[in-house]
Amino acid sequence: MTIPLHGLADHGEGPVSELISRCVHCGLCLPTCPTYALLGVEMDSPRGRIRLMKNVLDGRLEPDAAGYDDHIYKCLDCRACETACPSGVEFGKLVEGARAQIERARPRSAFARAMRWLVFRQLLPHHARLAVLARLGHLSKRLRIGTLVRPLPLGRRLASLLDLVPDRAPSARPLPASVAAHGAVRGRVALFQGCVMRAAFAGTNLATARVLARNGVEVLVPAAQTCCGALHVHAGEPTDARELARRNIASLEALDVDAFIVNAAGCGANLKEYGWLLREDPDWRKRAERFSGLVKDAIEYLAELGLSAIPGSLDATVTYDDPCHLLHGQKVRDQPRALLRAIPGVRFVELGEADWCCGSAGIYNVTQPDLSRQLLHRKVEHIRRTGADLVVTANPGCEMQLAAGLRADGSPASVIHLMDLLERAYGAR
Amino acid sequence: MATPFVAGTRGAVLHRGLVDLLGEEQVLWQKHDLQLYEYDGAVDTATPDAVVIPRDTADVANLARFCSEHNVPLVPRGAGTGLSGGAIPVEGGVVVSFARMSRILELDAANLRAVVQPGLVNLHLSTAAAPHGLYFVPDPSSQKACTIGGNVAENSGGPHTLAYGVTTNHVTGLEIVLTDGTIVRLGGKAHESEGYDLIGLFVGSEGTLGLITEITVRLSPLPEDKRTVMAAFPTMDLASEAVSAIIASGLVPSAIELMDQLATVAVEASVGAGYPLDAGAILLAEVDGPRDGLDDHRARIEELCRANGATSIRVAETALERDRLWAGRKGAFAAMGRLAPDYYVQDGVIPRTRLPDVLRRIAEVGERYGVRIANVFHAGDGNLHPLILFDGSLGPDVLRQVKAAGVEILRACLDAGGSITGEHGVGMEKNCELPLQYGPDDLAAMLHVKRAFDPAGLANPAKIFPTPSRCREFSLHAARSV
Ligand SMILES: Cc1cc2nc3c(=O)[nH]c(=O)nc-3n(C[C@H](O)[C@H](O)[C@H](O)COP(=O)(O)OP(=O)(O)OC[C@H]3O[C@@H](n4cnc5c(N)ncnc54)[C@H](O)[C@@H]3O)c2cc1C
Ligand code: SF4
Ligand code: SF4
Repeated sequence: MTIPLHGLADHGEGPVSELISRCVHCGLCLPTCPTYALLGVEMDSPRGRIRLMKNVLDGRLEPDAAGYDDHIYKCLDCRACETACPSGVEFGKLVEGARAQIERARPRSAFARAMRWLVFRQLLPHHARLAVLARLGHLSKRLRIGTLVRPLPLGRRLASLLDLVPDRAPSARPLPASVAAHGAVRGRVALFQGCVMRAAFAGTNLATARVLARNGVEVLVPAAQTCCGALHVHAGEPTDARELARRNIASLEALDVDAFIVNAAGCGANLKEYGWLLREDPDWRKRAERFSGLVKDAIEYLAELGLSAIPGSLDATVTYDDPCHLLHGQKVRDQPRALLRAIPGVRFVELGEADWCCGSAGIYNVTQPDLSRQLLHRKVEHIRRTGADLVVTANPGCEMQLAAGLRADGSPASVIHLMDLLERAYGAR
Repeated sequence: MATPFVAGTRGAVLHRGLVDLLGEEQVLWQKHDLQLYEYDGAVDTATPDAVVIPRDTADVANLARFCSEHNVPLVPRGAGTGLSGGAIPVEGGVVVSFARMSRILELDAANLRAVVQPGLVNLHLSTAAAPHGLYFVPDPSSQKACTIGGNVAENSGGPHTLAYGVTTNHVTGLEIVLTDGTIVRLGGKAHESEGYDLIGLFVGSEGTLGLITEITVRLSPLPEDKRTVMAAFPTMDLASEAVSAIIASGLVPSAIELMDQLATVAVEASVGAGYPLDAGAILLAEVDGPRDGLDDHRARIEELCRANGATSIRVAETALERDRLWAGRKGAFAAMGRLAPDYYVQDGVIPRTRLPDVLRRIAEVGERYGVRIANVFHAGDGNLHPLILFDGSLGPDVLRQVKAAGVEILRACLDAGGSITGEHGVGMEKNCELPLQYGPDDLAAMLHVKRAFDPAGLANPAKIFPTPSRCREFSLHAARSV
């Protein structure tokens, strides 16, 4: 095993110029950008970041410039600017391209390279290793390792990482190979288990399968699948991401299903973009497009299908925080709200700035701890104002981040994935 | 004619001075940062020598004093959505970004007033006022991003200023920092003040008299209800007739907007507002006020549209539908990105009855220059926004051609008895054309006013007034084309 010199990318492409030229620098996206709101400078706005990319393209700025690196990585990749942009700028694709460009151009420290190698090559694609790590994390948390390491060099980062570890023990219990539909069969799907989901949130995967089954859907849980590569794409490692994409497509495409179901918003957005990721690979492009066309978030699929089984009643005040990659990345907004309203007894309260990033943003809470904390603080304030007992979301990163924020705030509210909540409601029948 | 500008302190000396004065966090000076303050929502660019992001009025006053000592121009900037290059530092100097002075200082619902910092986003004010049943009337299509400071500086209008007046009708007090650092307070929450109407003077001054650091605005009660009608017409001529008929009928709609087919195509691709794609023109009209009688007004508008050849009519049934109809209009400029990489928007005003003639002349200009021109406009007050589509990456000649086409459009507006700007301001974009509208004595009188407030000529230089250097090329061109 050798650790490469730059990031991991052996070839990365820059942001695509036709996508850059879509931006007419009108500025309408500025107020929706969390980093612009916090920092108040053009460089940390969507329009400014696009101009940085254009300046690199025009040779006015070097791709290895420290300023480029700084502002492109301060971006949350939350894609709120895409929702705001009337010109149809696909910002996610742009910033991901810019990161690949930076990883190729900019030499990284030995430590940073080692971390990338460890996380992107040795951990994420290996769910068994992740499961061990999840258990270790939980153990460290129970032993209060965070308090011990905080004073050490890098200890603060490690400690804030441990803050994110959920209180409840990770569940990595393998799922059955399939879950049969209850009653009349209304659909047949395959569940995408994810990497972190499978290692630490297997309970949510199971809940997802059960909820679908209760509504007449046969759920296959194929064993041969790997990490979707979303974190790789977000971190400028498209080469590794492509490899993971090919593996997933090859092992899943032959299944005779109506949809590939995902319950992690970040993964879903990425799986839906395999066609784009492999656009320059003539052997795979078509296959990737077909695969992506079948990907659906569990919420999206279930809301479209409609509930055939009425959930039991839950007596709770509930609010919903949109995961960025579900709302802005996949434009799924009304469906989760409709499902929540379908649970008898639930009092649904809209969350202020529900369309704002909570600061989790993949690994942003590790790479930009200060900005992440400020966003989390803002989010917790809004949650407090709703008076909700339950904060519902639909992505593991957001779940961990929100739970950590509420814990630190001493809030009694708890965080739950929409699929877990639905399963709980069905259990209460 | 304008005050000749002599470049003052630049480069490292300027940066060090500013950082010492205001602190590291408030000053940008690295090339790659400065390059991001080169542009606004329009087409011109220029790089500043430094950018300052003040925290409060004191920062602004200290900055102004420093800059006047060192003979450095000050160019205020809100959100940079301006469409006439107002925030572009064409003579270099310091761009003053109000992005971090964006708070509501006081919301006095009982007196229908709010005191705000200039960097506050227009829509954020109306959102904050809504729980009190109030809103800020001026609603430029850029309202979710542009700042109140920018609105005041440009005297901005919007679809709904037809009935309720533009920005100047909704400002009752200002705090200004002059270029020598003096802080001046004008007006307040009260209705009128004695003496000269200096507030009226500052509203629309485009940053050329001083920097606005605080604004007291009038808030208005939200109308009890609204009715929004969309009508599709086979031709722009018929749609224009309908607009005239509606206004002649004595109805006072709060907004009447028109859009041609090319614009409709872009908007549909962008927000899917539900406008029919095969129509030659789309008309949007709104009436608001007490619920009683609104439906009669709506029915009357529908009737007049039908009588003038409307092929289909849709009335928004829900607030959501109304928002969707408006989202199309408000996103129209930016939606041009779907048709071409760049657009150059004009802002001429004409007597409403001349609409069909002027539109024909605009179409001729488009044909002559081989460019596509989309039209979106505030039809109620005859404020045209022809959007010339182009691809700026094809070189500076393209932009020159496009600008020449723009001048011809403005000429058409003047010939029809109109003016060259309705609401986007003169900036650095139409300053060379200003002599088309004003004689030398008129311009000299305006310049006296500027000198009274800004004797050193440091407040947003080379804006509004024609400058000998930049406008020579224009005069040559104008001479040739006459
Ligand atoms: C998509 C789109 C739609 C638009 N629709 C409309 C519309 O319907 N109606 C309309 O009127 N305009 C419209 N505009 C133009 C523009 O949004 C307005 O002129 C707006 O008021 C500018 O605000 P800003 O904060 O972006 O100012 P900027 O563009 O940053 O600056 C504009 C001018 O104001 C000056 N300025 C800014 N802040 C201050 C301050 N604190 N003190 C002194 N001077 C200051 C600047 O120097 C500059 O001259 C539109 C623009 C876009 C991109
Ligand atoms: S809204 Fe779209 S076109 Fe306008 S500046 Fe932002 S990204 Fe560019
Ligand atoms: S993706 Fe999010 S953080 Fe990045 S520029 Fe867009 S809105 Fe800002």
